[in-house]
Amino acid sequence: MLYVVILFLFAAITLYFLLGGADFGAGIIELFTSNDNKHRTRKTSYQAIGPIWEANHMWLIITVVILFVGFPTIYSEMCVYLHIPLLIMLLGITARGTAFAFRNYDAIKDEKTQGFYNHIFVYSSFVTPMFLGIIAGSALSGQIDPSAKTFAGAYIFSWLNWFSVSVGLFTVALCGFLAAIYLIGECTEVYDIKRFIKKAKAMNIAAVVLGALVFLASHFEHVHLADWIFGNLLSLAAVIAATLSLVLLWFIISDKKNKQWIRVLAAFQVSMILISVGHTRFPRFVIFKDGSSMSLLTDHATGKSIDDLGIGLLVGSLFILPALGYLYYSFKKKGNEAIEEH
Amino acid sequence: MDDFIAARSQMALSLGFHIIYSCIGMVMPVFMAISHYKWIKTKDPVYKNITIAWSKGVAIFFATGAVSGTMLSFELGLLWPGFMKHAGPIFGMPFSLEGVAFFIEAIALGFFLYGWNRLNTWFHWVTGIVVGISGIASGILVVSANSWMNSPSGFDFVNGKYLNIDPLKAMFNEAWFSEALHMTIAAFSATGFAVAGIHALMIYRKRNVHFHSKAFKIAIIFGAAAAILQPLSGDISAKGAAKRQPAKLAAMEAYFHTQEYAPLVIGGIPDTAAKKVNYGIEIPGLLSFLVHDNFKQQVNGLDKIPVKNQPPIAVTHYAFQIMVGFGMLMMLIGVLYFIALWKKKSWFDKGWFLKMFIWTTPAGFIALEAGWTVTEVGRQPWIIQGVMRTSEAVTPMPGIQYSFYLFTFIYFTLSVFVIFLLKRQIQMVPELYDR
Repeated sequence: MLYVVILFLFAAITLYFLLGGADFGAGIIELFTSNDNKHRTRKTSYQAIGPIWEANHMWLIITVVILFVGFPTIYSEMCVYLHIPLLIMLLGITARGTAFAFRNYDAIKDEKTQGFYNHIFVYSSFVTPMFLGIIAGSALSGQIDPSAKTFAGAYIFSWLNWFSVSVGLFTVALCGFLAAIYLIGECTEVYDIKRFIKKAKAMNIAAVVLGALVFLASHFEHVHLADWIFGNLLSLAAVIAATLSLVLLWFIISDKKNKQWIRVLAAFQVSMILISVGHTRFPRFVIFKDGSSMSLLTDHATGKSIDDLGIGLLVGSLFILPALGYLYYSFKKKGNEAIEEH
Repeated sequence: MDDFIAARSQMALSLGFHIIYSCIGMVMPVFMAISHYKWIKTKDPVYKNITIAWSKGVAIFFATGAVSGTMLSFELGLLWPGFMKHAGPIFGMPFSLEGVAFFIEAIALGFFLYGWNRLNTWFHWVTGIVVGISGIASGILVVSANSWMNSPSGFDFVNGKYLNIDPLKAMFNEAWFSEALHMTIAAFSATGFAVAGIHALMIYRKRNVHFHSKAFKIAIIFGAAAAILQPLSGDISAKGAAKRQPAKLAAMEAYFHTQEYAPLVIGGIPDTAAKKVNYGIEIPGLLSFLVHDNFKQQVNGLDKIPVKNQPPIAVTHYAFQIMVGFGMLMMLIGVLYFIALWKKKSWFDKGWFLKMFIWTTPAGFIALEAGWTVTEVGRQPWIIQGVMRTSEAVTPMPGIQYSFYLFTFIYFTLSVFVIFLLKRQIQMVPELYDR
């Protein structure tokens, strides 16, 4: 049952990245859109995420619950040493979620308040995935130091280092990339399609550059990322698959018939990156400065809690997955007609 | 500010706000589904308009409740890592199920809000019902986690170790039913009175009277019925507290000295140093009767509990008085409403009758917050009753006060915005919903 729980944990993280991450990306794209086109981008992204955005963010809740029920020591150690980035991420989630809802449900759509919501929305869309990336980077960076004597040593440098920050920026670029790719399929006008293809390419280049930065930073911070990934068959294969899918993506991106395929390829590419990184250190989940680590295979809750959690997740997914599938089907495939709300 | 106090204040603040958002988020869908049903059956467009207007409110509260709930799921660890390290696997079951229920609620809400003219009428209606049911289920599950903290079970505590964990037994702990019942009824009465109060104000001001009257009626029927039922569930809760948490009960009643014919003290100012209550009204034997069903039997007081295990007495006592006071007021108004409905239709046009509901708009939420204060403050100094002290659970990170100030700022800003948005919704009723 432990493996079922671990599988759900990784699945929830991946789905959060692919779906929630793309939601963040929609805000990132909006941030990097010229003022003339902002309105068009906003409309397209609303079409895309309006009905499903609440559901996309539930994967984070599932992730947290799995962590604190199944792996309570890992959860509480992360909460102690990564308190500050977690707090900033939470502020981002709050600001973004409410700004998105408020701008749609404000009964009076005057420019001043709408402009205010938009501002909050785009900046928090940038900050939140950045800090999610920082948290993930910090768990692997080996900078968390439970024996630190100073406040900064224990609670600041655990996450404020070149490696974590570059992982944060890389995450932002990936989210933007995913969103741009997803949005291409939502557009009806050629003008917008061209715009989002351009954005997708720009975000992709940014992701590659920032990915290189992650490797560079890992070198300076003595994180042996290159050894981890290239010295491990599955991780290496995943990275190669990601690269190949990217090449293919660039070839077919302008072809209108391949709307669904480019989405699948982009999602595949990002999942491969996650699998590669996740697998290289598995079962280690958090690595400390002294080289010790917390492992998913040893630092888990005892027998019955894990079993019940596994059963709960399996039964829960019987309800969630079909409903979620039908939600996507109803609003994605079925209707290219505009989503009208009353 | 002391870190421990800051952490407790931040948790209290976060829960205090989250409770309001989530209660409205779980009860409003039920109102919405009733009015939706009436529209499908009668084809009276006013019901459709009410449903749509309310669904906007639900969306606003759901979004705010979802983010404040996300914050809480992290705050448990950010502020109380010592607690979560041990408690997570034991009381995690309701949280996992709550995650599922919440997920289903989000999916159903997506269908409901965007499903007009796209989905089959009855399927659309059912998605609204699912929003309500999964919302209430989420509420009950979270309360079950809280009740475990009040009446821990499903593990053996041996030499500081938590052994033989049984998550299902922990979930169905002794207190879960009474707490879940009391909380669910409270959510209905608080939301019912709040919604009815706002519509009553609009009727009083003669704005869209037909629209607001129909909306008022749906909300107040639930609110009034819940307010009338609530004292019964309160009685179950108090008896449970007497059995499992005598310190909490004694603090609620500011009951210092163990005695037979234990009196019930109404109001008053507890003097903890002198161990007595000044200016309170004492009704001899009533506390014995409420706890044991007879006027004579002895009730254990605070003198049986070591001072280091006693909760803050004054806060718990005042909060309890406020809860009961507002609860009684709402029950009375609920009775008056049903009298008006069945016997005195003419009251509905009277200013005083409407004013009564306008003035009690916040009454339910005041009672609800006071009730939570009783539960949480009354459990102190324990985070897990009798097992772990709150002070053992707090994070080692210093400087929590700044986090507390930040959260205070955020929650107040959020609330200002929610009120601002609701005002604009109501202001736009004539143009958007009731043309």
